[in-house]
Amino acid sequence: MLKATEILLIGGSAGSLTVLLKVLPQLNNDISFPIIIILHRKPHPDSILNTLLSNYTDLEVCEAEDKMTLKSKCIYVVPPDYHLLFEDKHMVSLDSSEKLNYSRPSIDVTFQSAAEVFQENAVALLLSGANADGVEGLQYIKQNNGFTVVQDPETAEVDYMPRQAILQVKIDHVLRPDQMAGFVNRLYK
Amino acid sequence: MLDPNIIKDDELEVLLADVSSLYGYDFTQYSRASLKRRLNRICVIDKFTSFAELRYTLIHHPEYLQRFIEEITVNVTEMFRDPFFYKALREKVFPQLGTYPFIRIWLAGCATGEEAYSIAILLKEANLYNRSLIYATDINPGVLEKARKGIFPISQMKQYSENYILSGGAADFSQYYTANYDMVKFHADLKEKMIFSTHNLVSDSSFNEFQLIICRNVLIYFDKELQNKVFKLFDDSLDNFGFLALGAKETIRFSNLENRYKQVMTEKIWKKIK
Repeated sequence: MLKATEILLIGGSAGSLTVLLKVLPQLNNDISFPIIIILHRKPHPDSILNTLLSNYTDLEVCEAEDKMTLKSKCIYVVPPDYHLLFEDKHMVSLDSSEKLNYSRPSIDVTFQSAAEVFQENAVALLLSGANADGVEGLQYIKQNNGFTVVQDPETAEVDYMPRQAILQVKIDHVLRPDQMAGFVNRLYK
Repeated sequence: MLDPNIIKDDELEVLLADVSSLYGYDFTQYSRASLKRRLNRICVIDKFTSFAELRYTLIHHPEYLQRFIEEITVNVTEMFRDPFFYKALREKVFPQLGTYPFIRIWLAGCATGEEAYSIAILLKEANLYNRSLIYATDINPGVLEKARKGIFPISQMKQYSENYILSGGAADFSQYYTANYDMVKFHADLKEKMIFSTHNLVSDSSFNEFQLIICRNVLIYFDKELQNKVFKLFDDSLDNFGFLALGAKETIRFSNLENRYKQVMTEKIWKKIK
């Protein structure tokens, strides 16, 4: 069923941070791919999100930088006020072009870029949120034969984002937060 | 709305080769991921349904070139973006610039000019404007035309005013412009010391010696090699002890400049020390 996973993308907005804080501590420290986290948040230069997340996992957490080479077993957080694009399977670029869905970073932008670069080797997970950013991105992931997962709307603090995804895209898995780490840990190469 | 995938990777390379050979604009060292997004975006906006259509227009309608370049480059900007950066300019950089009899500032990639007006306001408030010159350059003549006008949407002013206050601005921000319907026009005295000119960071050389070079969110669109080439251009254009300011996520780390520049606090500002 699943192809070799080369990238895991996690997108979320309102209500998604609590999910991440539940999932991260249960992730195995030997996962074989990088994880990219795209969260909507206010632009602020001294973001404490990385520090917060790194307290909840043994995996390395860092802010994604322009032209950075991605490593597996590493969690990359997209910085506020920038979109993240993939140059190829190993290198990312930052982009400060127009907001999409009132958002920068936009989940759609990164999902679409990953879909084109990673094709069937991309796995995208969309969490709780109040707008539809990420839904179109999931469509691209699916079109390119990647794997689509959303948070069970019943468990979402704000269910609009996962509900829209289920309505508009063929979703492979709908998961409760307590099922997510197990799912990720099984995504071996 | 996301843009569909109309232009394929190899077609992108063909377009870049055309633009280079026909018009002398070299985009081959621009980051591909962004270029591809922009090309697909322009196809949607200008209603090209295929690569062939876009290519035909580009080759046979030279007047389309200006629009093409304006759309494939990113011209998103705002006034006092990252207010703490401007605060650092006010507090750490300007006092040192004040020791010069004459201050030349290069704003490379100024887009529609919001940064140029921000810097002009800062200089005025520091009483340095009279002995300063702001060289605002961009690859796109169209955006420079807008920058010269200094007319921006009134809808942005609330955000800009908040940014201005966070940057340490103590005046009433609205004193710098006159509102007219849904636009505002910044006062003409702010552009007395601005010189607008086209300059292509890829192909054009140094044109003066500056005490401060500001180039924010431009280098992220270049590959590593071109980034290094531009760093050299900036280095050649900076006075000894001059300052280089970059975007929030840009750095001279890992470049040839690293050992000869010293970072000013935590902001993306470096001082040339040797």
